[in-house]
Amino acid sequence: MAYATALKCRECGREYPTDPLNVCEFCFGPLEVKYDYEAIGRSISRDSIQNGPITMWRYEDLLPVDAANAVDLQTGFTPLIKATNLGRILGLDHLYIKNDAVNPTNSFKDRVVSVAATKAVEYEFKTLACASTGNLAGSVAAHAAKAGMSSYIFIPSDLERGKVVGAAIYGPTVVAIDGSYDDVNRLCSELADTYPWAFVNINMRPYYAEGSKTLGYEVAEQLGWQAPAHCVVPSASGSMFTKIFKGLNEFEDLGLIPKVNTHMHMTQAEGCSPIAAAYEAGTTRVRPVKPNTIAKSLAIGNPADGYYSLKVIEDSHGDATIVPEEEVVEGIQLLAENEGIFTETAGGVVISGLKRLVERGAIKRDEVTVAYITGNGLKTIEAVEELVNPIHISPTMAAFHEQIPNP
Amino acid sequence: MSKLRVTFTFVGVLVQEPVIWRLSQKFAVKTNIRRADVKDGLGWVTLELEGEEIVLQQGIEWVRSTGTEVELVTGDVIE
Ligand SMILES: Cc1ncc(COP(=O)(O)O)c(C=O)c1O
Ligand SMILES: [Zn+2]
Repeated sequence: MAYATALKCRECGREYPTDPLNVCEFCFGPLEVKYDYEAIGRSISRDSIQNGPITMWRYEDLLPVDAANAVDLQTGFTPLIKATNLGRILGLDHLYIKNDAVNPTNSFKDRVVSVAATKAVEYEFKTLACASTGNLAGSVAAHAAKAGMSSYIFIPSDLERGKVVGAAIYGPTVVAIDGSYDDVNRLCSELADTYPWAFVNINMRPYYAEGSKTLGYEVAEQLGWQAPAHCVVPSASGSMFTKIFKGLNEFEDLGLIPKVNTHMHMTQAEGCSPIAAAYEAGTTRVRPVKPNTIAKSLAIGNPADGYYSLKVIEDSHGDATIVPEEEVVEGIQLLAENEGIFTETAGGVVISGLKRLVERGAIKRDEVTVAYITGNGLKTIEAVEELVNPIHISPTMAAFHEQIPNP
Repeated sequence: MSKLRVTFTFVGVLVQEPVIWRLSQKFAVKTNIRRADVKDGLGWVTLELEGEEIVLQQGIEWVRSTGTEVELVTGDVIE
């Protein structure tokens, strides 16, 4: 049972029916899903959630689609791991890793795409589409396969082979575009206006974005029904960052958890940090940049939710951290060598950002801190390939002892 | 005819230039302003442009040549 009642413009407040729309016709502001929270409050409880499926769909009352028809690859309810080793190194007694790299297509994108795909089926679209530089592409193609829809994936033509394969294997039409970043964006916006396709991050965007709220719900539930003191999050468009905070606040408003006193810490890599730069400059006006970063999954130069994420930083007394490019791989190594979790570059940004936050005193030893790891390291092998050097020997004891004299 | 929803950002002295008026004088582009904000030395205007696709592209290139930043309203759609 879905409790979404309307789409509401975040700028002028005008309301629209829950249609495949993403901008206000009047002021071009972004639309957000509105819910009947009173009805949700009558239906939801800790028990009802705990008796639900062990996936993101246990929070169906707070998602804008009918879970009975979910296009579901068993996404979500991913592990929240107490990171004792990394915590000891950083000086944190209550550090947790939300390992969202273990989702069906190895990133948190399955949460948003699962909701968007479900909505697309509800609207009877036959084709799912997206513009992507990697994680989204694989997730959209996989969900389209599950839903029996066809799919179109638009990528920049210089994308890494691994990501192209990771999407193409599910059988979509993959279109590699020669042109600038700007060109890919403009083409996709025009295609979305021209063809009756569900572009998950264009005309499905209000529904799609809601999927990330489950990253807030899960952490609160897994911490024993309470919000953490700190969330450290990687951002590109800023959407997930705002939705984690929204999720925590909805839980508070529904009486499922005590008062939320969570500080939201955004992390971005130096080569594409338009939101963090605006934060440092003390303005809410994000100036678009041309991305040039090793963290390709975070390379959005003109972030759609930049302004709203700066608001979340303000409301939560959080901050934003710019991570130097050379520290991204260090972060990946730190997490892998201490916690046995191999993350992609976005996770490297989070771990190095976390380190900086502790060093500058923004996070204290005894405070409950959650670092969001949103993508799997096997997707960005290129970033760390040079660091690994296996020892090569012939199959004899002598050869082994020659290379490793004191095992 | 095509339509394009864009935000122009003007920095510094550009704030005082009639860029939008000039755009519609130089090119066959209809401009329809929806939202705007101007503060000391920084202004932005969100508007819809309507015209032949090729003329729209030329118009946008010209706006960029004035030093004005041009972005699609929806932001980048690439993840
Ligand atoms: C692994 C990973 N983490 C984080 C993000 C950032 O998400 P958002 O665009 O919601 O800020 C993305 C994609 O954009 C991603 O692929
Ligand atoms: Zn509006």
